Amino acid sequence: MRKRLLIAGSTVTVALTIAALLVVHPTPARGQASASGAEIRVDNFTFSPDTLTVQVNSTVTWVNKDDIPHVIASNDGLFKSKALDTDQKYSYIFTKAGTYPYYCSIHPKMVGKIVVQ
Amino acid sequence: MAKIKLVDPNPNGLIQHDHNHDGIDRRGFLKCMAWAGTGALCLVEGGILRSFALGTQMGSEAKSHKIGGLTFVQISDSHMGFNKPANPDVIGTLKAAVDKINALPHQPEFILHTGDISHLSNPEEFDTVDQILKATNKEIFFVPGEHDVLNDDGKMFRERYAKNAKGSGWYSFDKNGVHFIGLVNVMNLKAGGLGTLGTEQLEWLEDDVRHLKSSTPIVVFAHIPLWTVYPQWGWGTEDSAQALSYLKRFASVTVLNGHIHQTMQKVEGNVTFHTAFSTAFVQPAPGKADGPGPLKVPADQLRSLLGITDVNYIQGRHALAVVDSSLA
Repeated sequence: MRKRLLIAGSTVTVALTIAALLVVHPTPARGQASASGAEIRVDNFTFSPDTLTVQVNSTVTWVNKDDIPHVIASNDGLFKSKALDTDQKYSYIFTKAGTYPYYCSIHPKMVGKIVVQ
Repeated sequence: MAKIKLVDPNPNGLIQHDHNHDGIDRRGFLKCMAWAGTGALCLVEGGILRSFALGTQMGSEAKSHKIGGLTFVQISDSHMGFNKPANPDVIGTLKAAVDKINALPHQPEFILHTGDISHLSNPEEFDTVDQILKATNKEIFFVPGEHDVLNDDGKMFRERYAKNAKGSGWYSFDKNGVHFIGLVNVMNLKAGGLGTLGTEQLEWLEDDVRHLKSSTPIVVFAHIPLWTVYPQWGWGTEDSAQALSYLKRFASVTVLNGHIHQTMQKVEGNVTFHTAFSTAFVQPAPGKADGPGPLKVPADQLRSLLGITDVNYIQGRHALAVVDSSLA
């Protein structure tokens, strides 16, 4: 009898914990796209946020705020911007779920990732 | 032969050690090059390293003294089209570099430009640089920087500056017994990576030097440094070790690079590595800023941090004398 109660108790506890996590689930330290559109700020040789999660069919826009040009390029050749000078932008629509690592093709140490869910 | 007045900043002489028994004191050479930024000239003459201060005393005496061998100039990173606070007048500073070249007491035979000629690969930017450099009246050899190949995999760059080159723009030529090799390490850069030469270019390089006598002085010029200066900022080349292995047997190898917009030198065995000033803007020393972007300095200091490099080779001697001088 006790055993059953114990198991039932544990199950309830686990269920409650999961529920709590789902409710309290904080915005990840990385970027979560806002309803108004997903933007990545390029500045000081860095992509901010460096990991951005968006929904399928979202448009992601990179805005270059650095004082040097950058080129946004996916690792696998899927997309590539022209050279973006300061204040220029590049947008890409992600139509398929997946993880899309990208980098600046002239400053290849600059890396980022788009996660499409 | 005219006499040169020597002004040696180190009265004890810079030659103290001769480990390789070739009259080259590499530490002394490095010490000499360390204060070269003030406008000093180190020459290997008769196997002895001598140092000169480039002052007015040199003046007319130097003009008539034929150093012999070969003299050429390296300029780099003109970034024509850049117009941010770090330097709103890259035209003016490039013109000042040209004036400096034209005022050199020993006129160079030709010029090497180690890339980032333009800032955005625009035709107008290349045109402007060409027009300004015409005033040197010298033959100029170019290799591209990453800013020169932005739009078309370097097609425009090659049409303008490397018509007879192989692949993405590599080539070699000889001057006065010195073998010059222009390499391209700014194409097909991979995510998270450094500069890269690639298999095709490496195979060409191995073949290019195969039949040269080991006594042939070699000068390699490429945009991104061919040694690892600071990998966190991409200041290095993935496969340069392979390239350098083909040059191991040569008595003298000088590697001239740009990209980092500051002078740096390193001697490793038979290889002297050197990076040049930019003529456009300054970048921070490795790790001294969040990133390698343009560094704004007080306006009255800018021209002391931009400049040109003068290189001298004496026939039959090993190390080339590499001297940086700032615009002001």
